[in-house]
Amino acid sequence: MAILEVKNLSKSFDHLMVLKDISFNVEKGQVVSVIGPSGSGKSTLLRCVNQLEKADGGEIDVCGMKMLRTGDDGKVVYSPKKTLREIRLKIGLVFQNFNLFPHKSVLQNIIEAPVHVLKKSKQEAIDEAKILLEKMGLTGKEKAYPCQLSGGQQQRVSIARALALKPEILFFDEPTSALDPELTGEILKVIKELAEEKMTMVIVTHEMEFARDVSNHIIFMDGGFIVEEGDPAEIFVNTQNERTKQFLKRYKGM
Amino acid sequence: MNTDDMLNVSMILLEYLPNTLKLFFFTLLFSIPLGVVVTWLKRCRFKPVSWLTNLYILIMRGTPLMLQIVAVYYAIPMIVKGAKDTAAANGTEISGFMQFLDECMHSANYMFVMLIIAFSLNYAAYFAEIFRGGLESIPKGQYEAASMLGMTKPQTFFRIIMPQVIKRVIPATSNEVIVLVKDTSLATVIAYAEIMLKAKQMMNTYSSIVPLFIAGLFYFVLNSIVTLVFIHIEKHYNYYQ
Repeated sequence: MAILEVKNLSKSFDHLMVLKDISFNVEKGQVVSVIGPSGSGKSTLLRCVNQLEKADGGEIDVCGMKMLRTGDDGKVVYSPKKTLREIRLKIGLVFQNFNLFPHKSVLQNIIEAPVHVLKKSKQEAIDEAKILLEKMGLTGKEKAYPCQLSGGQQQRVSIARALALKPEILFFDEPTSALDPELTGEILKVIKELAEEKMTMVIVTHEMEFARDVSNHIIFMDGGFIVEEGDPAEIFVNTQNERTKQFLKRYKGM
Repeated sequence: MNTDDMLNVSMILLEYLPNTLKLFFFTLLFSIPLGVVVTWLKRCRFKPVSWLTNLYILIMRGTPLMLQIVAVYYAIPMIVKGAKDTAAANGTEISGFMQFLDECMHSANYMFVMLIIAFSLNYAAYFAEIFRGGLESIPKGQYEAASMLGMTKPQTFFRIIMPQVIKRVIPATSNEVIVLVKDTSLATVIAYAEIMLKAKQMMNTYSSIVPLFIAGLFYFVLNSIVTLVFIHIEKHYNYYQ
């Protein structure tokens, strides 16, 4: 079953086309990595799917629910607010710079949405949050504030915060770009563990080795297009595409 | 001036201190909520509202408070006088509304109410700019994170944005409140009986500038207390960076 279906998605800022005719599907349990040079539209794609940017055209479906369609007049029609909200709760997003709430403790960050959006009881939310924190290796940090944590710990809190809503699909927007190599490792380990649990994920990343190891599908983007997609071996080892080859050559050891 | 005189001056100033404090607290009470409203109006998407708000802020910050006090204080008397003159020339009575204004300006609280109006309008403009600065300093990522968690707009504002804005505006607000303590002395321009007016009168009585220094000491002590209060508030919000 496809969790995410994107068809002919397009998006421009002013007159600059940043996404051109993007189509791809994400199946349940799949881990998809989106790679490509800076400015290729990877993050914009993620932001459009997450309703943080308005698309200009195309179709997006999440968990069988319509998010947007292009009408006969060529204009984009988004589904009613109620549907968009339902879709939003099926999707989790982990930001490059975490975007934790600095005035709330680790625990408060995680239970905020379960308590105030899903209207769970506080105790239930806390119990679930503690399980998530244990999974993230952050037991004992419940009362800490984001500013007291390392970048890697902050990013793990933000993953826990996204997981607290039990999303069907989890997006990562360059989750390790703000971290030094040592801290990068701890985040990648967490994502790998989630992949082993068959969590459906879409990861925008510059970590090629990681993308190859963790994902079962790779999308290579450049200039707003999907240049090539396929399984990791196909892309990283046997690609016939010149642009892909040229891009991957810059990453040593590939 | 001998010690007895100084003590006498201090006692008289102490007697008028409540008037200074009344002006200070009532201005704070009205100008801070009004400042929030002005911030909100300025960010209104309907452009004319935002332009008018900008004009209001420009005038309030661009002209002396002393002049604003005089303008507010004499506005009603001038309007009433104009109406009376016209009525006398035409041989008619002034309208009910003008009679009402006439009564207002002769009521005991008229001066104080006008002072609060002038001070609140002026300080609201400054507070609005402080609040706007605080609001705009919150990174866009905070709104995006809240929206990704399915929070509604009011939830995002009251639970995520506002608490952070409050922390950020405390230093600038404390500055403004300290200035307000000293600005209450501008009320002397319409002879409101607060400590600066009394100090000036006693300066003449004693032919000495010592009463002014004593008044200065009063403001200094008041502002020391204000400073301590704000240090305490800042500490309270220091639990995160």
